[in-house]
Amino acid sequence: MATILGGITTSHIPAVGNAIQKELYDDPYWKPFFDGYPKVHEWIREHKPDYCINIYNDHGLGFFLDRMPTFAIGCANEYRNEDEGWGLPALDPFPGAPELSWHIAESMVADHFDLTTCQELAVDHGFVVPMQLFWPGAPHHPDMPKTVPISANTVQHPIPTLARALDFGKALGRALRSFPEDAKIVILGTGGLSHQLDGERAGFINKEFDQYCLENIVSNPEELTKISRMELVEKAGAQGTEFLMWMMMRGALGDDVTEITRNYHIPISNTAAGTLLLECAA
Amino acid sequence: MHDMPGYDYHIDIPGTTIFDGKMAMKGYALNKMCYGFNKAENREAFKADEEGWMEKYGLTEAQKEAIRKRDVLGLIAEGGNIYYLAKFAGIFGLSVQDVGGLQTGKTTEEFKAYLASQA
Ligand SMILES: [Fe+2]
Repeated sequence: MATILGGITTSHIPAVGNAIQKELYDDPYWKPFFDGYPKVHEWIREHKPDYCINIYNDHGLGFFLDRMPTFAIGCANEYRNEDEGWGLPALDPFPGAPELSWHIAESMVADHFDLTTCQELAVDHGFVVPMQLFWPGAPHHPDMPKTVPISANTVQHPIPTLARALDFGKALGRALRSFPEDAKIVILGTGGLSHQLDGERAGFINKEFDQYCLENIVSNPEELTKISRMELVEKAGAQGTEFLMWMMMRGALGDDVTEITRNYHIPISNTAAGTLLLECAA
Repeated sequence: MHDMPGYDYHIDIPGTTIFDGKMAMKGYALNKMCYGFNKAENREAFKADEEGWMEKYGLTEAQKEAIRKRDVLGLIAEGGNIYYLAKFAGIFGLSVQDVGGLQTGKTTEEFKAYLASQA
């Protein structure tokens, strides 16, 4: 049976892709952000996951408002990165793991989580930037794992509740641990932390709330399920609702986790950037 | 679509529009046009004939006017969602800090300073 090694979260700001392309690692603006990743690289080098579940939210590339799945899973051999409107060069396709995708779909729907399955799914910066951060050179990193994208809707309300996101993760964890292959799996939760792009409140960041979330997601994620969705918009900003991806990731890890590294920096672009690596007990 | 007060669980968050079903229906044509800007050929077609391109997607007069004026707050009021509007802003090479400044009455530098002040 497969084992879950741990989970890694990171913000997934589009500007990061540009900074990587220009290799701005030691630039004074970017250094405090990029300094959060060497420990992640070390951990990945040591554990070499075979599969990566990339939980992200699409921002209007893979899905539009004509059909907006609340939870969707890619079930394809590969996932294309495409122009998101800014004319940036697209990365090469990321290799998929359709057997694992369909296993997750079977297990989770049996577990009453009714996912939308996608045989074609263009992946945007929400998926791609974390891959580039964790596996430099992605998708051509020599240890690049095969991947399963899972996307949750945070474009349009109603969005899932924090409780539902955590429970989704728990069901995902059960699905992964029942995958009949001796494989090592890492789970990514991408997006956040606090930020707001739109309206007169654009630029809103909330350090105190982010710190509260960072503290609790490690050892007491149930506490965070008390936060209502409107409270999440109010305290994390309109786009800070991406924290739901962190909750989904966390649910899959089980109770016993060890924090390996954490980074938090304000601002990167309009966002409070957060990174967290949690290892599951062996 | 009318308000359904019994189903409106929104709280008032100043300076924040909750993009829900009502707004998604109001802004559908506008957002669909902006979603189309993912493709370079659609961006070029818009630049070549803005009025014709807006007509093709069936934008309302208020949406057209906000597009003409590059009025981001106006676009949001007319149902625009920021993720799709970001693709519209991209046509003019605007960053999210430029767009933040436009919405808050700040210069881009002032907006960046505001972001950093929250560290
Ligand atoms: Fe995002």
